[in-house]
Amino acid sequence: MSGDIASKIFSPLLRFVKEVGNIGLMFLESMYWGFRRPFKINYIFKQMEFIGVNSISVVVITGIFTGMVLALQSYHGFRKFGAEGLVGTTVALSMTRELGPVLTSLMVTGRAGSAMAAELGTMRVTEQIDALIVMALNPIKYLVAPRVFASFLMLPILTVISDFVGILGGYLIAVKLLGVNEGAFINKMVKYVEIEDIYNGLIKAAFFGIILSVISCYKGFYTKGGAEGVGRATTEAVVVSSVTILIFDYVLTSLMF
Amino acid sequence: MEDKAIRIIDIHKSFGTQKVLDGINLEIEKGKITVIIGQSGGGKSVLMKHLIGLLKPDEGEIWIDGAEITQLNEKELNNVRKKFGMLFQEAALFDSMNVFDNVAFPLREHTKLSEKEIESIVEERLRQVGLRGVTEKMPSELSGGMRKRVGLARALVLDPDIILFDEPTSALDPVIALTIEELIKETQKYMKKTYVVISHDILGMFRIADKVAMLYDGRIVEYGTPYEIKRSNNEATKEFLRATKIPGLSGGDV
Ligand SMILES: Nc1ncnc2c1ncn2[C@@H]1O[C@H](COP(=O)(O)OP(=O)(O)OP(=O)(O)O)[C@@H](O)[C@H]1O
Ligand SMILES: [Mg+2]
Repeated sequence: MSGDIASKIFSPLLRFVKEVGNIGLMFLESMYWGFRRPFKINYIFKQMEFIGVNSISVVVITGIFTGMVLALQSYHGFRKFGAEGLVGTTVALSMTRELGPVLTSLMVTGRAGSAMAAELGTMRVTEQIDALIVMALNPIKYLVAPRVFASFLMLPILTVISDFVGILGGYLIAVKLLGVNEGAFINKMVKYVEIEDIYNGLIKAAFFGIILSVISCYKGFYTKGGAEGVGRATTEAVVVSSVTILIFDYVLTSLMF
Repeated sequence: MEDKAIRIIDIHKSFGTQKVLDGINLEIEKGKITVIIGQSGGGKSVLMKHLIGLLKPDEGEIWIDGAEITQLNEKELNNVRKKFGMLFQEAALFDSMNVFDNVAFPLREHTKLSEKEIESIVEERLRQVGLRGVTEKMPSELSGGMRKRVGLARALVLDPDIILFDEPTSALDPVIALTIEELIKETQKYMKKTYVVISHDILGMFRIADKVAMLYDGRIVEYGTPYEIKRSNNEATKEFLRATKIPGLSGGDV
């Protein structure tokens, strides 16, 4: 009886711990194999294109509207005590420290993370991963490492774009639409936003890039059960990556700032 | 010189509660074509995956060239795998690559050949399996039978010592199936490599087999030359052969 209850509590917990361990292991393996000769540079470039270049439009749209709405919201707040000049600072700080990296990572998770899980999942269920193994080639090296490297490199770049268009959107709304003084908007922003705000945001983005790619690859790589399994892996990849990104966001922020 | 390419000793394998292999014993001769027959779902593909270390047995030993492969680590296993080529039942082509790149892939990864040399080898292989003008196509644009033939070309491309074919002629029309059987027979005769072929196509396989093994109920219940198998008194084997006879057609009588 008591054994039953204990196993009800402990077996999901155990499964969770095991899964976290396995994901960590996959990360280590991808580092080990990724840094061994022969380097698969063209595989990394291909993934950089897929993860980075093809995500630009989503990131730009998300970033610009976020900046715009931030400007709108903070304008109405600040106007109450005559501090409209701080709208630029607010938009810039929110974008660089928080929303740039987080929203970019979430968008890339939805776009590229889901695709990674679906691709690797399909390769698993159609035995393409087995085919690599049979050819004496390591599937982690060929499939996982390039995706992890590419995400690690591309997320900060996408975040810079997101930060930039976010601030631009904020500027357009505040200055052009709501009539905030242009000099105040820019001067205060430059005065209060430190280079560290930007760069800590980019470190976060790089972290999130690793998180989303390792989790998505892991879910795809160990897919079971045909097409249905691929669907499940894809959903899980997006959900688990997104939640993990938000948790790590808190942890990293509390360590950094 | 050892005349056995692969020695399988008392292999057991279960998935959960389902017992698939229940004490397989089989010695596969070097430089011969061994055909494994048996019912669908009987564990033929599972057995084949054990030979190349994709699955590990619950019990038993597999000896290849003096090494017991179930005890090897990944690195040692990879050295053994380099001697193998394998055609998967569903071909398992890389769907991110076109036909040419699929066949060229093992050459690019394991040899230092120039692109020009690779090109001539790949085209030769594709021609052998009766495919022309498809090098630019993606696997998703091919029929099942074409995919299988590309898979065959890929399995042969490095001239490995041992080649595993999981149903090379299923999904093919009878004419192409015959071409592929002849290709298998011809290349084998010429290269003297060890071929292990899984098949349902009893007629075709009796044409090419040096040895036939019948897998039934998780064991090898019959092993011998096609002639011996044909004369078998084993019930399962007789049943299996009976199913391939076509009334009124002499071809059915193997
Ligand atoms: N990875 C696996 N996990 C669980 N069960 C499996 C796995 N692979 C195979 N099986 C089971 O093992 C049994 C044998 O499968 P196998 O694919 O070897 O059959 P087969 O003889 O090749 O059949 P066919 O001629 O139809 O290809 C089947 O019942 C299958 O469900
Ligand atoms: Mg099979």
